Amino acid sequence: MSNDPIHQFHIAQWVPLHVGGVDLSFTNSSAFMVATVAVASAFLYLTSSNRGLIPTRLQSVSEMAYEFVASTLRESAGSAGMKFFPFVFSLFMFVLVANMLGMFPYFFTITSQIIVTFALAVLVIGTVLVYGFAKHGFKFLGVFVPSGVPGPLLLLVVPIEIISFLSRPISLSVRLFANMLAGHITLKVFAGFVASLSAFGAVGIGGAILPLAMTVALTGLEFLVAFLQAYVFTVLTCMYLNDAVHPGGH
Amino acid sequence: MKPRIQRVKDMPLATGNDPDKSGSVGDTPGAGRGLTSEELELRRRNLESKLVSKGAVRKAGSEDKGTETASGVAQAMKLSSEFIAGVLVGAGLGWLADRFLGTSPWGLIILLLLGFCAGTLNILRSAGHVAENQGLDFSKKSDHDKPE
Repeated sequence: MSNDPIHQFHIAQWVPLHVGGVDLSFTNSSAFMVATVAVASAFLYLTSSNRGLIPTRLQSVSEMAYEFVASTLRESAGSAGMKFFPFVFSLFMFVLVANMLGMFPYFFTITSQIIVTFALAVLVIGTVLVYGFAKHGFKFLGVFVPSGVPGPLLLLVVPIEIISFLSRPISLSVRLFANMLAGHITLKVFAGFVASLSAFGAVGIGGAILPLAMTVALTGLEFLVAFLQAYVFTVLTCMYLNDAVHPGGH
Repeated sequence: MKPRIQRVKDMPLATGNDPDKSGSVGDTPGAGRGLTSEELELRRRNLESKLVSKGAVRKAGSEDKGTETASGVAQAMKLSSEFIAGVLVGAGLGWLADRFLGTSPWGLIILLLLGFCAGTLNILRSAGHVAENQGLDFSKKSDHDKPE
């Protein structure tokens, strides 16, 4: 069981709860979602409660997170997009803290479950659609019509654009999910090599140095990926929100 | 040597401790008294363009240059997920059309091909070979008179 690289993604029911035939059990996944929200909120609240003009180390970390998301959003969606800042910042902190919590041994990585990332992506696209139609009405549909395309070709191009738009939540969620899943499996497999090789006596222990070094390197790489995927998720969210704010391009 | 020290002493200390209101965190309520938000916006844009031209602010996207392997893996993940998503959505829409309109198998065939096109378009777009969709002209015009 300890060598099974998939076992870490197993969902365990902690508090079974069935309401009207719907399984609403509190699982380890739910627990780590709650933990993610709690850690993110506590960190931001505690580090920013001091409000020093000259920030302490931790305060400057949360200020950097703020600055980082704010400049990303402003760059891609303009000042009009800043009304989405609370949404984008919450998404960024949630994904980042979830990815980072997943790096602890024995912790559950909620972003390695596709339903979680898909729900986040659908939330983003839903916001784009609802805000776009509420703000621009049917002019929002212009997002599907590229300018400068001759009439007959539109019959072909518009369906392609629509499919391309609809594929966004899928690629957004699959990217985050696949990165976290693949990274954690790779890490587990290489760490498993260390244990099984060292069972073969002195030669095995000598040979286990290679996968051990690989595991150390991969752990560093995984921290990079954990941050990078939170960043990519945020950047893409900003780009999609830009479509809702400015459906006619920039 | 002496006058130099004197001059330094007399200078107002520019330590950066005072909040300068031109920074990008200038959305605080008290920051723009006496100035309209448009003027502040203009100032902010000027500052931003100056900062960018001096190379003080790194452009977004330069962050994803970790190790060579990491950026390669990230690129591969990105492109493959874009392509797969396009094909999947096309196939899904085709299957739904066949199921509810009874057009089997033409819905699946046509929409799968369109999904393939959309996946290719996604890849070319995310690789930067095709420009982002700029939308129609009428929406572009309406963008200017939008009160924002």
